[in-house]
Amino acid sequence: MTGRSNTQRRSRSHFSPARLGIYAFLLTAALFFLLPLYVMLVTSVKSMEEIRLGHIFALPLQVTFEPWTQAWSSACTGLSCDGIRGGFWNSVAIAVPSTILPILLGAINGYALSFWRPRGSSLLFGILMVGAFVPLQVMIYPLVRVTGAMGLFGSLSGIVLVHIIFAMPVMTLLFRNYYAGVPHELFQAARIDGGGFFRIFAQVMLPMSLPIIVVAAIMQVTGVWNDYILGLQFAGTDNYPMTVQLNNVINTTTGTRMYNVNMAATILTSMVPLAIYFISGRWFVRGIAAGAVKG
Amino acid sequence: MSNVCLRDLSINLGGNEIIKDLSLAVEEGEFLVLLGPSGCGKSTLLHSIAGLIDVTAGTVEIGGRDMTFADPSERGIGMVFQSYALYPTMTVEKNMSFGLRIAGTPKAEIARRVARAADMLHLDALLERKPAQLSGGQRQRVAIGRALVREAGVFLFDEPLSNLDAKLRAELRRELKLLHQTLRSTMIYVTHDQVEAMTLATRIVVMKGGKVQQIGAPGEVYERPQNLFVAGFLGTPAMNFIDGTLDASGAFTSTSLNLGLGPRPGQGEVVLGIRPEHILIGESGPFAGTVALTEPMGNHQIVWITLGERKLSAIVNDNRLFALNQPVRFSVDTARLSLFDKRSEQRLAAS
Repeated sequence: MTGRSNTQRRSRSHFSPARLGIYAFLLTAALFFLLPLYVMLVTSVKSMEEIRLGHIFALPLQVTFEPWTQAWSSACTGLSCDGIRGGFWNSVAIAVPSTILPILLGAINGYALSFWRPRGSSLLFGILMVGAFVPLQVMIYPLVRVTGAMGLFGSLSGIVLVHIIFAMPVMTLLFRNYYAGVPHELFQAARIDGGGFFRIFAQVMLPMSLPIIVVAAIMQVTGVWNDYILGLQFAGTDNYPMTVQLNNVINTTTGTRMYNVNMAATILTSMVPLAIYFISGRWFVRGIAAGAVKG
Repeated sequence: MSNVCLRDLSINLGGNEIIKDLSLAVEEGEFLVLLGPSGCGKSTLLHSIAGLIDVTAGTVEIGGRDMTFADPSERGIGMVFQSYALYPTMTVEKNMSFGLRIAGTPKAEIARRVARAADMLHLDALLERKPAQLSGGQRQRVAIGRALVREAGVFLFDEPLSNLDAKLRAELRRELKLLHQTLRSTMIYVTHDQVEAMTLATRIVVMKGGKVQQIGAPGEVYERPQNLFVAGFLGTPAMNFIDGTLDASGAFTSTSLNLGLGPRPGQGEVVLGIRPEHILIGESGPFAGTVALTEPMGNHQIVWITLGERKLSAIVNDNRLFALNQPVRFSVDTARLSLFDKRSEQRLAAS
């Protein structure tokens, strides 16, 4: 009796029309998103002769990694032909400080807002949140003037500063909400133990913030890595991030369009955010789902 | 060891006046319990002593020094919280020594104090564990240990046993009492649990709506409650109240019960209060009622007696069997009654 109802339930759950509909939807959705990636991958390992045949969905007749090495080290952007590897290292140089500093500052902000609650802090937080809703493009010209006046325009410190500024609302919100879930008594206990502002932050709060730090790092690294407009504006020609270099490779106006090289360069550029999502996906979900650490 | 003295303390939180003009003197070595329903301001008062809340007016003196504006860590206090508030990333040993390490105490001294506290609280085997690996009772022990190592003059407890189950609560309650007997430190303890208040306190402060209702030794507060609130708050089951009138000759009359109490001050509309243990069920009793309900507690039973339109609770200390609707006779221990003025709700000064 039990066995029969079990098998019945199982068979129904597998083959009911609703199930089939769901699978059909998931399959088409997956195809829709994977097809461009497939074309990119396939094209990037074909020779130009093969591409000119025009079968863009066909598998390569002869696999070649020449376009990948070209994209990495010898594709031309404007006058120089060094590939996009320079852009890669520029992006790393921008992303590392633009991740660590906003997380640190956002954590301090969130900690101060949640526990110390200085006079006017909620007003300050409100203003910060409004800042998050102002379109980025509106602020570019003022920021050009500001960084220019500070002598940071077109420099690595300049682009890092701009990234820090734009990250503040989200980072602060992230940490404020995380610390809102920490019992206030924990903070009070640390106060009675004689902890000051930075000691409580560094020795009590920061060590229990690992899940939210991971989330913040993922958001920040991918955000900074994928940024184009700020890098183009503020980094200066020596520090152009990978995205800007990629654009220069693809939109080059001289010579033949090297589709295979373009595809390879694009995949190379999106490799870092993709890798981060694959490696840290579980952490990401865990951190979002969590008040995580209980006192 | 130090005393604590609060003078004309007022506390406003978010525009609400939580406490107004409260004065309280806590003597050295005393175990003072602040007792009251939730929202009565007892925790707020404790936090103001700890320096975790700013006072609006008045002064806080600890050990004879004005500490009204001192930092919590400078007040010479140790505090234990309801939610334990252990540092989750530190081991038990690090939790206990955190304050001492901040204060720059020499390593040998830290080790000595932690070892002593661990020994007193049976934590020796747990020193390397993280809070997440401890049970609720063990966590609260660590929290107490963290307060102990400070060797403070005053210990503050904010409902420390409320998160524990009944058995652990009783166990830790006894340990706290033993601890107080050993250390002889001043302890201020906030609770809404009257059993904790009665068993632990040398003096109880009953609070309601930010005001002190009565201060006294547990026995005194229980036997001679100053007003109806205190009378009703202490005791399980609660005191039986009967509305009636008292005439000049001391005769109490009501719809359900008439008693001659002898000449005493006060007359007119009064409320008579009888503790359940002072209603004595026996054949020779002058009053008659019927059994409405019995609640056997093992070592005693509570018998609810229907008397006219009301029910009275009586505690019976043996295992006599009572049937539903069985008629019973009972007497009242008139020497231990309480009488309150109906309008002011204050105790009428008694015999």
